[in-house]
Amino acid sequence: MDELLLSIQNLTTEYHTDESVIHAVNGINLNLKKGGSLGLVGESGAGKTTTAYSIMGLLPKLTGKIAQGSILFENKDLTRLPEDEMRTIRGNEISMIFQDPMTSLNPILTVGDQIAEVLEIHGTADTHAALAKAGDMLEMVGIPRERMHEYPHQFSGGMKQRVIIAIALACNPKLLIADEPTTALDVTIQAQVLRMIRDLKAKLDTSLILISHNLGVVAQVCENVAIMYAGRIVEYGPLREVFSRPLHPYTEGLLNSIPRIEIDKERLSPIRGMMPDPSVLPRGCIFRPRCPYAAAACATKAPHITEGSGRSVMCLMHEGVIPNTMGTGGNHA
Amino acid sequence: MEKKSQALRARRPGARTSKKQKTAFQEFWRRFKKNKLAVAGLIIVVIYILMAIFADLFFSYDFITENQISNAFAPPLTTAEIDLNNGNTAPHLYILGADNFGRDILGRIIHGARVSMVIGFTTIAFAGIVGSALGAIAGYYGGKIESIIMRGTDILLAIPNILFALAIVAALGPSFQNLLLAIGITSIPAFVRLMRASVLTIKNQEFIEAARALGARDFRIIVRHIMPNCMAPIIVQATLGIAQSILSATSLSFLGLGIQPPSPEWGNMLSDARSYISYAPHTLLFPGLAIMTVILAYNLIGDGLRDALDPKLKR
Repeated sequence: MDELLLSIQNLTTEYHTDESVIHAVNGINLNLKKGGSLGLVGESGAGKTTTAYSIMGLLPKLTGKIAQGSILFENKDLTRLPEDEMRTIRGNEISMIFQDPMTSLNPILTVGDQIAEVLEIHGTADTHAALAKAGDMLEMVGIPRERMHEYPHQFSGGMKQRVIIAIALACNPKLLIADEPTTALDVTIQAQVLRMIRDLKAKLDTSLILISHNLGVVAQVCENVAIMYAGRIVEYGPLREVFSRPLHPYTEGLLNSIPRIEIDKERLSPIRGMMPDPSVLPRGCIFRPRCPYAAAACATKAPHITEGSGRSVMCLMHEGVIPNTMGTGGNHA
Repeated sequence: MEKKSQALRARRPGARTSKKQKTAFQEFWRRFKKNKLAVAGLIIVVIYILMAIFADLFFSYDFITENQISNAFAPPLTTAEIDLNNGNTAPHLYILGADNFGRDILGRIIHGARVSMVIGFTTIAFAGIVGSALGAIAGYYGGKIESIIMRGTDILLAIPNILFALAIVAALGPSFQNLLLAIGITSIPAFVRLMRASVLTIKNQEFIEAARALGARDFRIIVRHIMPNCMAPIIVQATLGIAQSILSATSLSFLGLGIQPPSPEWGNMLSDARSYISYAPHTLLFPGLAIMTVILAYNLIGDGLRDALDPKLKR
């Protein structure tokens, strides 16, 4: 049995605003093995980034709050660690790559200084050695060492994202969280950056959580995939199996929204409707309002997680409460 | 066609290095230079600073504080005998004339520049450092700390600068240190507000979040990531602030609460001379001109800096 690096249990994260409580993440469970890679997929507002921020301990101080659950990282509960200890983990053992490379670099520091900074913060190297290591890191992400004395505005978007990857990997972290690392990039650069993340992950033996709304991006990099919807993980399993045989109607809907060259279709079938307001979640199954297979029971009975052969799904059809009509197209077809 | 592509290829590596050589400072200087008034202001200020530094080479302090009553009100460009304190006399050319005690006005202006420049720089350095630090703390942490700092600033702002400085000097007694303190304190609020406003815009940017994700402490984030990004408006304010504090210092001296005679200071020169405005207008004119040119020069530089540092005007 491989050793678990990260184990999230029943994590519930809320944002408290003056008017309401926003239930961003509602009791999710996730396990990540050492060296494993996990894709976190869902629409905007599904709670992907909030999950990442919960792990990093970067939730906004005044509003964000972990209401329940634990995040075990190497058997330390990150939700209970004091800020001092958390700081030694951030950037050192768990790194994060942000969405927009254009704004994630400080415009007035050279890229070399910014890579060296993370090494200085964690006392891995003195100033001189840190700068040398920064050069090495730049070369590792395919940027000539000489360019370390240049400023972010002299780099293209793809190169900036590579610099950010270099910063994230400088301390050789055990876990890398990439939050939509390619969303802001040109399509031509996306594949390049993804390949780099995958190769470096293998080379440095880093575990990876890749957050994306794009199934295609996750497909290129991850072994396992978790589909998030309205703060819950509705389906989890090995990537190939989930893609070839989705168990949850939402996953099926996502897959149907992707154009496929081998299937002759006049129109794509999008998922109807919108994600529920996270401050007032519906009773019963959260996906019911949009679900083509919804039955009467779905409105009152909330589904639990059904597990089996390495996969899990949160749907009443798999609990045997309502008949499994997956694949038939459901009521709306 | 082929030639062109060859030329392009040949130029490529060089093209980047030539672009690289243009540092941020060169870029700034290029834009500052375009503003001729600002450059004129800079030249005037440099002249005054040089005068201040090398004042003793032109006139000794003893000479310009010593009365030569027989030469009182000598008009500009007159040569008169001055008493050398050893029974001898020597001719001296009064380029800008002499004041009511026969002291050389040019010499007093040059030595006065020293006082004004020292006041301008030290008060603004003090106010800039204290004000920026307070503003950064207020902007970054928010909440109660912010309320306390900002309300304190509001209180300072509610009292007219000169009145507040007057009150401090009146309470502590007129001396050079108290003058610096009074003007320094009254200059703080502008920096607090400016810094806080800039920090508020910078602190929500993604690279600050990224720095936090790297495990950086608040102190490092503020000092290394936020404050340097807020420097442009602070530099402009500092330049304009120097003009303001020189003006305050001369005003206080004019009122007799600043630099005490016989020490030369532009404000107290004006004060001494104002009784003789119709009889010997040059005694009033030249110190007044000195004040005016310096204030004008600093304001011109400030405007030039504002334009040159404004990212919106970047081309």
